[in-house]
Amino acid sequence: MAPFPIEQILGNFAYAVYFLIGVAFGAVLEMSGFAVSTKLAAQFYFKDMTVLKVMFTGIITAMVLIFLATGLGLLDYDLIWVNPTYLWPGIVGGLIMGLGFIIGGFCPGTSLVAVSTLKVDGFFFAVGSLFGIFLFGETVQIFTEFWNSSYLGRFTLPDWLGLPTGVVVFLLVLMALFMFWGGEQLEKIFGKRNLLKEPKARYAGAAAFVVLALAVMVIGQPTLEQKWQKVAGEKQPLLDNRDVFVHPGELQKLMFDDSQSKILIDVRDEADYNLFHLQDAVRCNRHDIDYKAHFIYDISPSTVIVLMSNNEQRAVECWKVLAALKIANVYILEGGINYWLDIFGENGDYHAELQPATGETMRHSFDAALGSRWPAAAPELENGETIKYTPKIKLQKVVRKQGGCG
Amino acid sequence: MRDLKASQAKPFLNPYVGGVLLGIVLFLAFFITGNGLGASGGLNRILIYVEKLIVPSHVDQTAYLANVGGGDKNPLLNWVVFLSVGVLVGGFLSGLLHKRLHLETNKGPNISNITRWGLAFLGGSIMGYGARFARGCTSGQALSGGAVLSVGSWAFMFAVFAGGYALAWFIRKTWN
Repeated sequence: MAPFPIEQILGNFAYAVYFLIGVAFGAVLEMSGFAVSTKLAAQFYFKDMTVLKVMFTGIITAMVLIFLATGLGLLDYDLIWVNPTYLWPGIVGGLIMGLGFIIGGFCPGTSLVAVSTLKVDGFFFAVGSLFGIFLFGETVQIFTEFWNSSYLGRFTLPDWLGLPTGVVVFLLVLMALFMFWGGEQLEKIFGKRNLLKEPKARYAGAAAFVVLALAVMVIGQPTLEQKWQKVAGEKQPLLDNRDVFVHPGELQKLMFDDSQSKILIDVRDEADYNLFHLQDAVRCNRHDIDYKAHFIYDISPSTVIVLMSNNEQRAVECWKVLAALKIANVYILEGGINYWLDIFGENGDYHAELQPATGETMRHSFDAALGSRWPAAAPELENGETIKYTPKIKLQKVVRKQGGCG
Repeated sequence: MRDLKASQAKPFLNPYVGGVLLGIVLFLAFFITGNGLGASGGLNRILIYVEKLIVPSHVDQTAYLANVGGGDKNPLLNWVVFLSVGVLVGGFLSGLLHKRLHLETNKGPNISNITRWGLAFLGGSIMGYGARFARGCTSGQALSGGAVLSVGSWAFMFAVFAGGYALAWFIRKTWN
């Protein structure tokens, strides 16, 4: 299933694939007239709405094809790059770019095409872009905090609107068609264009988009359960053979290993978490674990993730969700917090008499909700040195897609 | 475009046809590689490569630059660089085939070539700065992120148009 790990299959020849995609991209930009700054700038005076038409037609074409392919199981949406959202830096950067667009007449991609077709203004623009990029690299330290703010991870329009992907695709197609209609009316008024001379075939094209978008809506997208079924053959044995269950002794060692980046995710109820949780463990409602995954997509692929619940059951459910979403290096705390406390909790933290273990309940009771301030939340390393366990963590090196902007 | 002197130049594609072709290229990029398109990322890496030749210690000590080119990392060994070079070649080939390779400066009728060049440089600088600020340009953010429904990319896209329209009226003399 696409996308293909071309870096692994082709090695350095993968770069040739990217080169060819670039050639096609450059040729299409040139054929659309994007090497000519006056044509691009005319967009902002409503005389020639080519920029709007090409851009939004391009976006809805790619969008419809992508979600048809993911709906039909030909393409895996969880493996393609989705730009993470940094809302306000994106908006401010966009406004700055808009100013640069109307002053300079290009954007970075179109200026490359202008350079290669010998446009002198394109050359000055491209050199200016390099200078601007240089300036940014030298000044970003001043406002790093803002630049990293309003981070929402892999956050998509269907997540935001709470609508199925197909419905969002359909609405965006309608929005684009409405914008094209409006754009043509503006061209008639400001650009004195005779719309009667425009090809009638564009109505057929509009109808084709509506039909395709309806198809995306009807076909739908794979559910989490279906995604799990697809990987279950490969992943279920890891659970059955207990290859992903990390002994408390190994987790304790990991917590003190500064050279290994890790995220501890506690999926118990808030009350249990408040009573006791491991140091640096973040709580996540088990039903929100797929939402939490939006942020995990963005972390370094060599980060270890350890899920924990009171027992194992709930952590296993969450593990399956993350496996279905193709997130690597996810482990489960063996025996859960209960087993952890059996091993490390003998400092009089809690009542000695154990509650009967019934499913996902806490066996130890605490007098105060001290969270991670109990000694057992981060036991000294010496306490663990006599503990025997089989190490389970094997870092799997995964190459995540990095997007075109890094 | 009546300003185009070259009468033998072939006409541009109908914008909707150009858009569909662009969309197919974008889809294939995602389908084959999992990545979308990009341009400013390529420029950024070329720039850091040059900076590294001149002042390697500065690249190593600035976190933002070191991510791309610190230590023995080669900033050029990245897919987006190859894609950007492809864009140059593709633009050139298309210009050649359609007889549109002319050394020329496109500008409004009321400004000189020198003014246009200065504005192009200024606009380019602002654009380059903004593109890094927004973590991507029209290709890497708006087109690629838009097609896969990233909220940030859509917000970014509308901000670009808003910024352009907000200033357009004030500098209308340079284009009209």
